[in-house]
Amino acid sequence: MAASCVSCGAAVSRRLLLRPPLSLAPRQVLWKAAELQSVPGPQILRLKHVTVVTTKKNVKAPRRETYTVDFIKKQIEEFNIGKRHLANMMGEDPETFTQEDIDRAIAYLFPSGLFEKRARPIMKHPEQIFPKQKAIQWGEDGRPFHYLFYTGKQSYYSLMHDAYGKILDIEKHKNQLQAKGLFSEKNKTIDLIGSRWLIKEELEEMLVEKLSDQDYRQFVQLMERLLQSGAAEEEFVQSFRRSVTVQSKQQPIEPVQRDAQGMAFSTSEGKRKSAKAEAVVYEHGSGRIKVNGIDYLLYFPVLQDREQLMFPFHFLDRLGKHDVTCTVSGGGRSAQAGAIRLAVARALCSFVTEEEVEWMRQAGLLTSDPRVRERKKPGQEGARRKFTWKKR
Amino acid sequence: MAPALPRLLSAGAWPRPLGLHVLRAATPGPAGPRGRTLGSAAPAAQSEPAGGGGLADPRDRVLSEPLRHPDFFSVRELFSVRSLFDARVHLGHKAGCRHRFMEPYIFGSRLGQDIIDLEQTAAHLQLALNFTAHVAFRGGIILFVSRHRQFCHLVENTARDCGEYAHTRYFKGGLLTNAPLLLGPGARLPDLVVFLHTLNNVFEPHVAVRDAAKMNIPTVGVVDTNCNPCLLTYPVPGNDDSPPAVELFCRLFRTAVRRAKDKRRQVEALYRLQGREGPSAVTGPPS
Repeated sequence: MAASCVSCGAAVSRRLLLRPPLSLAPRQVLWKAAELQSVPGPQILRLKHVTVVTTKKNVKAPRRETYTVDFIKKQIEEFNIGKRHLANMMGEDPETFTQEDIDRAIAYLFPSGLFEKRARPIMKHPEQIFPKQKAIQWGEDGRPFHYLFYTGKQSYYSLMHDAYGKILDIEKHKNQLQAKGLFSEKNKTIDLIGSRWLIKEELEEMLVEKLSDQDYRQFVQLMERLLQSGAAEEEFVQSFRRSVTVQSKQQPIEPVQRDAQGMAFSTSEGKRKSAKAEAVVYEHGSGRIKVNGIDYLLYFPVLQDREQLMFPFHFLDRLGKHDVTCTVSGGGRSAQAGAIRLAVARALCSFVTEEEVEWMRQAGLLTSDPRVRERKKPGQEGARRKFTWKKR
Repeated sequence: MAPALPRLLSAGAWPRPLGLHVLRAATPGPAGPRGRTLGSAAPAAQSEPAGGGGLADPRDRVLSEPLRHPDFFSVRELFSVRSLFDARVHLGHKAGCRHRFMEPYIFGSRLGQDIIDLEQTAAHLQLALNFTAHVAFRGGIILFVSRHRQFCHLVENTARDCGEYAHTRYFKGGLLTNAPLLLGPGARLPDLVVFLHTLNNVFEPHVAVRDAAKMNIPTVGVVDTNCNPCLLTYPVPGNDDSPPAVELFCRLFRTAVRRAKDKRRQVEALYRLQGREGPSAVTGPPS
């Protein structure tokens, strides 16, 4: 690491108040004795200081650190011992101390105010912390263990080889059946809905090898071809699929409540810009909407806002069938209309089938609009508008 | 020296059963990591006073005895000109695709299609199989290379079945010439590269032909009439496009490698047996 000194040639004059001398790292700033002037009054102290600027030259790019097997083993032992110590510290049984207990203990012993969760102190099993690495690939005599070692990506190519082998076996089997005349056209297709192929990162993690996009695409194509040729290798294919949670199931549906008169209704809230609304939708009604105690026709004179209120009902073909009472505050007229629309749509979910909830979600009725007013930036007239540019 | 070892090491001794005779204690040294020097044997780790003089001798003899016979592993009996003909090995490409350096190996041209001379093919194939067997006998790494998509699966299976290695995928640039970077420090390079197809997918010579020549790795290759046989140590003129021909070649190489390895194991087993039955005054039975 070379350090070059940059000395300020010209004296940097500063107006200094009489302060106690600061203790700076001596190598960073060299203070010359400040000469006091003979004239009384505010002193202008001329300082010549030498700043040491450290520049890194010829530093190699950091290579991925390789951890030996012994090192990892030692880390695992240390982790287990530390876990027992921690359990004793917390007064719990070391034998039944789970990872969640460890997390709670660490959060209690080392409270951190950092926002980034990954920067907080953690204590996890070394296998989750140190990236997985390949063990040494050859034996004592230098002969590699895997027959595809010289390709560079042995796990990936061996996987492709096995998958292709399975396709060939299935086709051979099919040909044999057809020759005997026993082949039946029953298509036992594997259900693909609700699952997705592994993404490239997950596959890389599984094989502990770097892959290119082309490799990944070839892999997916080969898997799909394997699926097409038959349902024989279901477990093999399913090991490369992950389930996808259906989005609509995540929509919380409000429970239906009953009021004093026995009328069924449901309540929910909605927000838009800075407007907040709370809507109560009655199951049986005649399409009356009251906003803050005022009829919607009087509260929203503009047609556009009233259309926004109507949209959820119009979408579900229930225009005159529900009564709505809502309260709204904040925002402008359009924001209030949007907030009420969201609240009404969420409340309607309780009276409607799951399929229709999914349709509403896909129509965007159940998503809160994330758009808020963008701040004005300095040096510009508005959020985006720049000042008029004059050529001269 | 007792006659058991020479009998085992004599030509054509595979696969006849052998009688066991008592030899002086001779501990075969462990197969240390050798470079690609095929001639030298690893020096014996232990030297026993009684068998000191004879210890290096059997070891050297194991490695040098096969070299004294022209066809130690009887590879000539694995194929015949007739079997090559039945597998369509003699069919080359059209005369327009002919490579200039393949002209010596071409018998003639029929209806515009080149016919490869099977007599020459048989001779070259015998040399190639013999060499492959010797490399396998001495524990060398054999790499089967082919870039033909139709036979990629077959070649990989062949390599796996005989316990050797295959490379039928995209060949990364410095694999042989920059091995410490691509394969890891201390990786051992192949001792022989066998090409089932010398050309890659764009009908150009495979990079490994040139790289193996650069790294002094001997090569065996099946060359068709449109291939360049120059840089190969043991070219085998023959058809590389028909499935029966490629399957025949794969079968031949697999058999040759297996025979050589079985022979080696027999010899090593015999050593161990003779070492155990040796005089116990010298040392205890080797571990």
